[in-house]
Amino acid sequence: MMRRLLIGLTALAALAALPLALLAWQRNLSDTTPPPAAPVSLTRGAYLAAVGNCAGCHTARGGARLAGGRPIPTPFGTVFSSNLTPHATGLAGWSADDFWRALHFGQSRDGRLLLPAHPVTNTTLVTREDADSLHAWLQAQPAVDAPRRAHELRGFYGSQLAIAAWRALYFKPGVYRPDPARDTAWNRGAYLAQGLTHCSACHAGRGALGGDQGPADFRGGLLAGLGWTAPSLLDPLEAGVQRWPDATLQLWLRDGQAGAHAAQGPMAEVVLGSTAALNDADLAAMSAYLRTLPEQAVARPEPAKADLRRRERGAGLYRDHCAACHGEQGEGRLDDSGNPAYPPLAGSRLVTQASPTNLIRVIERGGFAPATAGHPRPYGMPPFAGVLDAADMAALASHLRQSLGHAAGDVDTVEVLRLKAAAAVH
Amino acid sequence: MLRRSLLALAACLLSLCGRAAPVPDTLAQRALACTGCHGKEGRAAPDGYYPRLAGKPAGYLYNQLLNFRDGRRDYGLMSELIAPLSDAYLKELAGHFASLDLPYAPPQPPALPAPELARAEKLVRSGDAARKLPACTACHGERLTGTQPGVPGLLGLSRDYLNGQLGAWRSGQRQAQAPDCMATIAKALTGAEINALTHYLAGRPLPADPHAAAALPGPAPMRCGGLQP
Repeated sequence: MMRRLLIGLTALAALAALPLALLAWQRNLSDTTPPPAAPVSLTRGAYLAAVGNCAGCHTARGGARLAGGRPIPTPFGTVFSSNLTPHATGLAGWSADDFWRALHFGQSRDGRLLLPAHPVTNTTLVTREDADSLHAWLQAQPAVDAPRRAHELRGFYGSQLAIAAWRALYFKPGVYRPDPARDTAWNRGAYLAQGLTHCSACHAGRGALGGDQGPADFRGGLLAGLGWTAPSLLDPLEAGVQRWPDATLQLWLRDGQAGAHAAQGPMAEVVLGSTAALNDADLAAMSAYLRTLPEQAVARPEPAKADLRRRERGAGLYRDHCAACHGEQGEGRLDDSGNPAYPPLAGSRLVTQASPTNLIRVIERGGFAPATAGHPRPYGMPPFAGVLDAADMAALASHLRQSLGHAAGDVDTVEVLRLKAAAAVH
Repeated sequence: MLRRSLLALAACLLSLCGRAAPVPDTLAQRALACTGCHGKEGRAAPDGYYPRLAGKPAGYLYNQLLNFRDGRRDYGLMSELIAPLSDAYLKELAGHFASLDLPYAPPQPPALPAPELARAEKLVRSGDAARKLPACTACHGERLTGTQPGVPGLLGLSRDYLNGQLGAWRSGQRQAQAPDCMATIAKALTGAEINALTHYLAGRPLPADPHAAAALPGPAPMRCGGLQP
């Protein structure tokens, strides 16, 4: 009797200790990083902050730069970004070591674990010298008084224990290790793409817990709450650039437009906030890396049942609303200076991607390519939200995906409504 | 059948197939992304919800674009559409619509008794000094057609739109750069006054010269953030 009680108590104690052990483990990861190999440079820090697009998340719309407060929708609720300026409400008093722990271990100065909305699986790859330069530059920015807004996460998702559990599953700290089989440029591209520019923050294929397969997971997925899909960078039929010429990709990353290829939606924001700032060597490096990603086809979900009447209705809508700009045969139009004005829809990946999310999104809300130094006056498409209802959009999308030489599958009204609902989740 | 094929081939050779004819490399062509909602050439949509852009002062239009982009005005479709555009390009688009000199639609006949319209006219012309309400004309011009470069005209707008804007200012849904003088004014007006004002304004025809005045008629009665150089 006594013995059984003892075993029971021990088991209970072990069970109670497990969360504490998990927390202690995640909060006290040991650091094996080599010391910085180069002195701190503010110029370098400014460049890295631009390329890493810190301000993209850490600036509220119309708010002071880097002062935080931008809502970041996640499947678990809304996260509000923090103030990175050297104010008491931000990073005032943070040493280079404190900042290093945040980037490398995803830990705040007081030891608390940062939410994985801060892309710690990417920032852990950043070298100590780059982190130190970033830190020095951030500390040199104007201090802004901007207390952080409390996150609005459901249930226990925001708890330290939940974060520790997530990290135990998905996070492994460590600076980028060059692949000796590849050249310097490729490794530089991999370092940037997997690390500071955190491409996988959007382009990863995430499971139900929001975990990915590491910083080179580019399988793509729906961006909950944004109403866009980040297409796979591994599948050339999605957004893979394995078959793009080097020059085209470099131009696209820099200008947001290359020939008929234009960056849309969140990617337009990324071009403006990040890749447009890449210097020539890093553009070439990024291109070298992205064009050699392994090819892997995405799973294509079963499309809606073919409905010829729906497609016919879509063809009519196309003639009425789309053909004037995109051409009767979806061939696109140039302007009289020879620049692409309206992209061809025949052969367009945005039309035929496995998920119709982005196609529906563009039909509904229109859009412009980003206005960049190399492409300052993009042509734009008006929103059709007030003109076409969900059934119209399904018809138009089905027509586009099943004509012009495409066989990407029909879209039904339910799917359109489902995507619109997913876009509204916050 | 053969004849049709030959015709099609001939059309192809004349490059009617393949790419469609090029569009003009102009701001007007680029502005088609705006006129989808704001009506042909920015003359306003027939439903009265999307306002006229044509002929409004360039500074005013540019300020509104920045307000939408930066969240002081809130309309998702509009904010999202212009989010990736630069200040310089937004200024060019504003200048394009400002430069259009197009006829106005006829006014909406007011459906209010004359005494109420007279009260509205008094507010428009003289304001109400006791409540620190300036006359509309003090900023929007004697002819109410706006003043360069930043004050819009009040005529040629639908009653629904005017009601919508004054209501949005009262609720804080619409804001301008601080100090936001129109918010102060809208909050000082009563619901009945707003109703009378919008009946009056939407019911007035444009004057013979519908263009914005070159400058304010006198010293500005309030300091407005949107009008600072």
